[in-house]
Amino acid sequence: MSAKSERVSEVMQLGSIKEKIQESRNAVSGAELVVRALEDLGVDVVFGFPGGAVLPLYDALYHSRKIKHILTRHEQGAAHAADGYARSSGKVGVCIATSGPGATNLVTGIANAYMDSVPIVAITGQVAVNAIGRDSFQEADITGITMPITKHNFLIKDVKEIVPTLKKAFYIASTGRPGPVLIDLPKDITVKEAVYDPQVEVDIPGYRLPVFSGNGAISRVAEAVMQAERPVIYAGGGVLTSGGERELLAFAEKLNIPVTTTLMGKSCFPENHPLSLGMLGMHGTMYANYAVSQCDLLISIGVRFADRVTGDVSTFAEKARIVHIDIDPAEIGKNVAVDFPVIGDAKTVLAHLLELTQEKRNAQWLKTIEEWKTQYPLEYEDNGKLKPQYVVEQISELTGGRAFVTTEVGQHQMWAAQLYKTALPRTFISSGGLGTMGFGLPAAIGVQVANPDAVVIDIAGDGSLLMNIQELATAVQFELPINIALINNRYLGMVRQWQEIFHGGRYSQTDLSCQPDFVKLAESFGVEALRVERKEEVRPALKKAIESKKPVLIDFWVEREENVFPMVPPGGSIKKMLRGLGR
Amino acid sequence: MKNNKHTLSVLVENRPGVLTRVAGLFARRGYNIDSLAVGRTEDPAVSRMTIVVEGDDYVIEQVTKQLNKLVEVIDISNITQKEHVERELILIKVKAEPSVRGEIMQIVDIFRARVVDIGKDTLIIEATGDIGKINAIESSMKPFGIIEVVRTGKVAMLRGPKYGSE
Ligand SMILES: Cc1ncc(C[n+]2csc(CCOP(=O)(O)OP(=O)(O)O)c2C)c(N)n1
Ligand SMILES: [Mg+2]
Repeated sequence: MSAKSERVSEVMQLGSIKEKIQESRNAVSGAELVVRALEDLGVDVVFGFPGGAVLPLYDALYHSRKIKHILTRHEQGAAHAADGYARSSGKVGVCIATSGPGATNLVTGIANAYMDSVPIVAITGQVAVNAIGRDSFQEADITGITMPITKHNFLIKDVKEIVPTLKKAFYIASTGRPGPVLIDLPKDITVKEAVYDPQVEVDIPGYRLPVFSGNGAISRVAEAVMQAERPVIYAGGGVLTSGGERELLAFAEKLNIPVTTTLMGKSCFPENHPLSLGMLGMHGTMYANYAVSQCDLLISIGVRFADRVTGDVSTFAEKARIVHIDIDPAEIGKNVAVDFPVIGDAKTVLAHLLELTQEKRNAQWLKTIEEWKTQYPLEYEDNGKLKPQYVVEQISELTGGRAFVTTEVGQHQMWAAQLYKTALPRTFISSGGLGTMGFGLPAAIGVQVANPDAVVIDIAGDGSLLMNIQELATAVQFELPINIALINNRYLGMVRQWQEIFHGGRYSQTDLSCQPDFVKLAESFGVEALRVERKEEVRPALKKAIESKKPVLIDFWVEREENVFPMVPPGGSIKKMLRGLGR
Repeated sequence: MKNNKHTLSVLVENRPGVLTRVAGLFARRGYNIDSLAVGRTEDPAVSRMTIVVEGDDYVIEQVTKQLNKLVEVIDISNITQKEHVERELILIKVKAEPSVRGEIMQIVDIFRARVVDIGKDTLIIEATGDIGKINAIESSMKPFGIIEVVRTGKVAMLRGPKYGSE
C-alpha cells in the first residue's frame, strides 16, 4: 500500500472523510514545508552541503525557483558564508548541513556567529526520530553540542512544527541582540506530510525584547554629555546592527566628540573623518587609547568591554564616567561598572540623544587629540622592501575604503583593522570574538553573494587561508569575483610575534616555510593568481585583480618578521603600550 | 561584596532540554548551584524551578540577566527578600540499634518528623521544613551514625494571592 492510500484508509476510519481527503491533497512533505517557509521568510539564497539525512530537503530545494543554493566545499565554509552574507546585508544568513559530521563541521561557524552576534539560521539533518539516542549512523547530538553557542536551538519532532519553528528561528535570530539559531530536522519528519499554512501564528512566551530604558536615563546621559569636557565615543558592532551609523555621525559632529571603534564596530564611522580615532585596544592606535585613558566621559555604544579592548580593567578609562548603551541588559555592568546604563538599540538611543543635546565645540580637547595624532601616528619602517602594512595601505587608497574587506585572523587582520580606512557601513567583516582562522575566504563568498556588484577583498594570512582554501572552488563555480590579498609571511605571524616578545624568541611550531605554492594552488582551482615581491608591483596587481571581475589571488611575499604595533600586552594597562620601531 | 544565598523562582517552558540549558548556563559561566528543584506547575506547559545560588550581588545580577536570555525561561523572581514559604524534604537513614531507638523517636517527635521505614538496625526518617529545620534534624541525627541522606532541595512559594501579582 502506498503512503497515500494508507493515509486515506486511516482517515476513513476516523470519519470526517471529505475534509480529510481535501487536507491530504493539499498536504506536502516536511522538506517542501521547509522550502516554502524559507521562501516566504524572504530567503533567496542558502549555503550548504548535502548528505543522507537531508536528501529529501535537497530534493525539495532542487525544485525551488526562488532559492539559490550555493554549494560550499566544507560545511564550515557554509556557516561562515552565511555569516558574511548576514553581516554585509543585515539579513538572516542560512546554512544547511547533513546530520553527524555535516552538523559538527558547522560548529566553528556557529560559535563564530554567536560571539559576534550575527543572525544566521543553521538547518541540520538528523537521523529519524525513533533512531535518535541509539548511536545510529551519522548521529550527533547537535542541539546538545550547540547549546552554549546558539542563541537558541530546536529539535523538531512533528512535521506540524516545521513552519512555526522556522518562523520562530528567524525571529529569534534577527531581533534583540542577534545570534545564530539551529534547527535539527530528523529525516523522517521531512518526508511526513502536512498542509502548509503560511499564516500560522507563533508564540514564544519566554522571548521578550529588551525594554527600552526610557527618557529619564537618556536625559541624564544628555546632561553628562553637555557637561563633559573630554568626551569620547567608543562604538561597537551594535551600532552597525541597529543601522545607527547616520545618527552616530550626526551626534559626533553636532557635539564634536571623537569616535573610536572596536574591531566589530569598524566601518560604523567613516575613518577618513577628522573625528575618527580608528580602532582602540590591544592593537589600537596610540591616540585612541590615550583619548580613552584621558577622557572624562566615555560614551560606549553597542560594545561589550572585551578584554582585547580594555586590557587591565582597573585602569581602563579610569578618569571617566561611563555611559553604556546596549540592547542586551546582560552586557551592562558585566565587565566594567557603569555610571549611566541605557538599555535600547543604538540607533533609537542616538536619535533621542541628538534631540536632547545642543551643539558643542570641545575645542581644547580636540586640539589635544590632534597633537596626539601628529605625535603618535601609525607608522612602520619603510626600508624599500615589501611591507605588509604597505599592501593594506594600497588596498585602502585604491578602493577609497569603499570595498568590502573580509579578513582571516592574525597580524594581517590587525594591519587591515589599522590601515584600511572604511568609508561605508558594514564593509569590514572580521572574526572578532572567536578569532577564527579560515573565516575570511568563505565570508567573502557570502559577502559577494549578498553584494554581487561590489568589490570584495579577503585580506588573508597564509596560515589562515589554508584552513578553508577549498572554498576557492565555490568562488569559481558560482562566478564570484572575490579577490584574495594574501599577506604571505610564511609564519603563523601573530603567534610568532608573541613568541618573539613573550617567549624569548623561541618559534615553536610557527614557521611555515613549508607551504604550498599558493599561485599554483589557486590556479589549480581555476583562480587567476600572481605573486608580488616588490613594492612597485603592488598597485598595478591590485588594480588588475579588481578590474578583472573574476576571482583572483595575489600572493604578496612580505617581510617575514614584521610585527604589529602599537601593542598593549594582554591584561596590561595602556601605559605599558609598546610603540614599536625601537621606541 | 558579600556572598549570600539567594532563592530564585524561575518559570520555564515544560520541554525536554530546558533543565540542561539552565544547568549548562550555570556551569559555563562559573556560577554555583546550591540546590535546584523542578516540577510542573498548575499549567502543564510550564514548570517551576527553585534555584538556590550563592554569590555576591554582581553574580546574582549576572545569573538573573543571563537566565533571562534563555528563550525557554518565561520569568525569574528573586524571592529571597520577599515574603515566602519555603520547604525542603529530607530522608535520613540512621543507625538505630534497639537501645537508641527510643532516643531517636523522641527527636523525631520534637521535629514533627516521621519514621517511614524500620530495618533491623536502621530507621528511615522523613522530615519537611525550612532549611534551618532540615539542617537541625540532620545534625541531631549525626551522633547516632547517618548512613545515607537524600534532600530534595528547596521549593518555595510567595505568600499572598498569586505569583507575580505583587
Ligand atoms: C582556528 C584557529 N587556530 C588557531 C588560532 C591561533 N592563532 C591566532 S593568529 C594565528 C596565526 C595566523 O597565521 P596567518 O594566518 O599566517 O596570519 P599572520 O599572523 O601571519 O598574518 C594563530 C595560529 C586561531 N586564531 N584560530
Ligand atoms: Mg602568516
